[in-house]
Amino acid sequence: MFKELRPAVISFLLLTLLTGFAYPALVTGISQAIMSDKANGSLIVKDGKPVGSSLIGQSFSDPKYFWSRPSATGPMANNASASSGSNLGPTNPALLDAVKARVQALRDADPGNTKAVPVDLVTASGSGLDPHISPAAAEYQLARVARLRSMPPEAVRKLVAEHTEERQFGILGEPRVNVLELNLALDETAKARLQAK
Amino acid sequence: MINLFIQVSLYLGVLLALAKPMGYYMARVYEGKLPVFVRWLAPVENLFYRLCGVDSKQEMRWTHYALAVLWFSLLGVLVVYLLQRLQGMLPLNPQGLGAVTPDSALNTALSFVTNTNWQGYVGETTMSYLTQMAGLSVQNFFSAATGMAVVIALIRGFARHTTETIGNFWVDMTRSTLYILLPLSTVLALVLVGQGVVQNFSAYEKATLTESVGYEQPKLDASGSPMKDAAGNAVTEKVIVTEQTIAMGPVASQEAIKQIGTNGGGFFNANSAHPFENPTPFSNFLAMLAIFIIPAGLCYTFGSMVGDTRQGWAILASMTLLFVGFLAVTEYAEQQGNPAFTALGVDQAVSATQSGGNMEGKEMRFGIVNSALFATITTAASCGAVNSMHDSYTPLGGLVPLAQIQLSEVVFGGVGSGLYGMLVYAVIAVFLAGLMIGRTPDYLGKKIEAFDIKMASLVILIPPLIILGGTALAVMLTAGKSGIYNPGAHGFSEVLYAFTSAVGNNGSAFAGISANTPFYNSALGFAVWFGRFWLMIPVLALAGSLAGKKRMPASVGSMATHTPLFVWLLIGTVLLVGALTFVPALALGPVIEHLNMISVH
Repeated sequence: MFKELRPAVISFLLLTLLTGFAYPALVTGISQAIMSDKANGSLIVKDGKPVGSSLIGQSFSDPKYFWSRPSATGPMANNASASSGSNLGPTNPALLDAVKARVQALRDADPGNTKAVPVDLVTASGSGLDPHISPAAAEYQLARVARLRSMPPEAVRKLVAEHTEERQFGILGEPRVNVLELNLALDETAKARLQAK
Repeated sequence: MINLFIQVSLYLGVLLALAKPMGYYMARVYEGKLPVFVRWLAPVENLFYRLCGVDSKQEMRWTHYALAVLWFSLLGVLVVYLLQRLQGMLPLNPQGLGAVTPDSALNTALSFVTNTNWQGYVGETTMSYLTQMAGLSVQNFFSAATGMAVVIALIRGFARHTTETIGNFWVDMTRSTLYILLPLSTVLALVLVGQGVVQNFSAYEKATLTESVGYEQPKLDASGSPMKDAAGNAVTEKVIVTEQTIAMGPVASQEAIKQIGTNGGGFFNANSAHPFENPTPFSNFLAMLAIFIIPAGLCYTFGSMVGDTRQGWAILASMTLLFVGFLAVTEYAEQQGNPAFTALGVDQAVSATQSGGNMEGKEMRFGIVNSALFATITTAASCGAVNSMHDSYTPLGGLVPLAQIQLSEVVFGGVGSGLYGMLVYAVIAVFLAGLMIGRTPDYLGKKIEAFDIKMASLVILIPPLIILGGTALAVMLTAGKSGIYNPGAHGFSEVLYAFTSAVGNNGSAFAGISANTPFYNSALGFAVWFGRFWLMIPVLALAGSLAGKKRMPASVGSMATHTPLFVWLLIGTVLLVGALTFVPALALGPVIEHLNMISVH
């Protein structure tokens, strides 16, 4: 009965040292040495201060920005220290109410736009931190952003294209637009135009 | 449609191409004929045995083997429990996270030791880096290695004859860790960092938001209790947040073994939907490959070790066919989207610029194709990592994960546990065929007798007993019902999914359920433990019994078990047993919800 206790305890200790300490230390060491930017969260730094991560979405409600996907994290949207989806089931009335309110908010921000709203723009992401929207969702918002920023739509479209990622290696995943990077680029453009004047 | 076809074909193509080399390598490792490129690790292995006082040549009877498994697992429960309870006093805790509650800590310990990784807690606000790395992630290795050891013992039962022993647990477990899990994890972890998965020990990063976020919170009075106005309504105050706190940690090292060991426990609450766990479609592709590679490879290892690789291919073919069938249902259901949205002016049609479909709880970079694919993979295997929230799936899309776990995860399945589950089904299949023609059944030259069928029946019957019994109990008790989040039939599905996932050692969830309560922590803690060891012990008993039998030469009356006929018989057995057991429960949950959803439409 107790004959196997000794090998159990010792192998537990030894393999814990190996898999619980040596292994993560090795991976951390190599990662920090050759790809520290990625190992530390792909942070976007502006004027020496981090303004976000290119992998983590932020919330936008000002109509002059492109809006991100809805986020169900608490207590505020896009809380990157408490990731979460909504977990609302497909027939839950609360889900339908939420979607209705989001459609309404988009319509209120852009009264002339009567197009059907791309689904990703009114449904909460799985992590609550989705950094992307679909190209369709960007196109849906494009005229609004261009108008409020007094920019020609083509200039905005060009920026959107610059921040659109195609399928990886042409095959994997889905095409997507990085919202935070796009909005930061819009602000940069606005600043540059201001300085030019 | 073309996109779906290309991405799925690529995945299955790469997986099946890797099955043979992976399986061949594992067979060599377990037979002690190490390939050259890992031979340099052999002195480490031998040093381990010397320090542990293990004679690697001395083999164990099945009872002895089972005892070693249990000691090793009990020790794991103790250590993981203590780490969680004491983490506040231990290093590598930059966020200063305190002790985990006793019921949650015990549930988590049981859950990780049994390869379940059910998570009632929110990772980034509960577990210190030390607990994640030296407690949870270590169990990801150990529970996977244990599962692999047990399947190898069962394979030896078929491969050997007239012997008392089925191998040495310490040797099988050490070799699984040292030569298979650790090298694969190291390579995968580094590639994942290259894709953007974080790997550090820093405190959570603070970033200045481009646009600040406001929210309402209850206003507290001086004593800390919520204030009420004259009408008795709660008073709220607006909080403006100008910074985003970004959780960090040694994620990549845990992420790699989480998938390779089919564990599934996320570093963060959102698991593989979190951009720091799964940042790109390529990291997602590798994660999906990592989940299935050992289970697929083990089929070849099985064929190779019993001396007839066709036997392994037949098992792999059954698994693949079942998988493709299930995948088709999930993909179709999720791409259809939610009929109620269309009336609200929402565009759910797939096009070149959007994936469309039911995007609630899904990430844009994965869209429908890779979310449904991941969900089908993670529940076919006993992984339970999720890259989208199953609770928000359409009723039929959510039925597939549920049903796959209820079939005991034999479609590829968990590392080790999937194949031993499928081999038990194979024993049942030849038994059924034997009944039909009135002959004593045999499988791989081993006569299947009363004791073997009893053990196989235990493996098949124990899970439904706990799943259905547990669900029935929970929906009768207030403590069980109060955890339900979504109303109606979906709420029942949440409870059914919780017990199914626990017993199946899967760990995914209809995560709306509030399971971090003393009731669910205890009930599901029992469920994971019995779901693991009450199956593992009969499997080892079966291995011992088979190993002791003589090998009979194949006769004209033996059924060939490498033919398409057997593949279909095996598929039929799996589906029949599962359907007979679980159709009523599924009818009360997802089926009713589906009818509700389309009738509104």
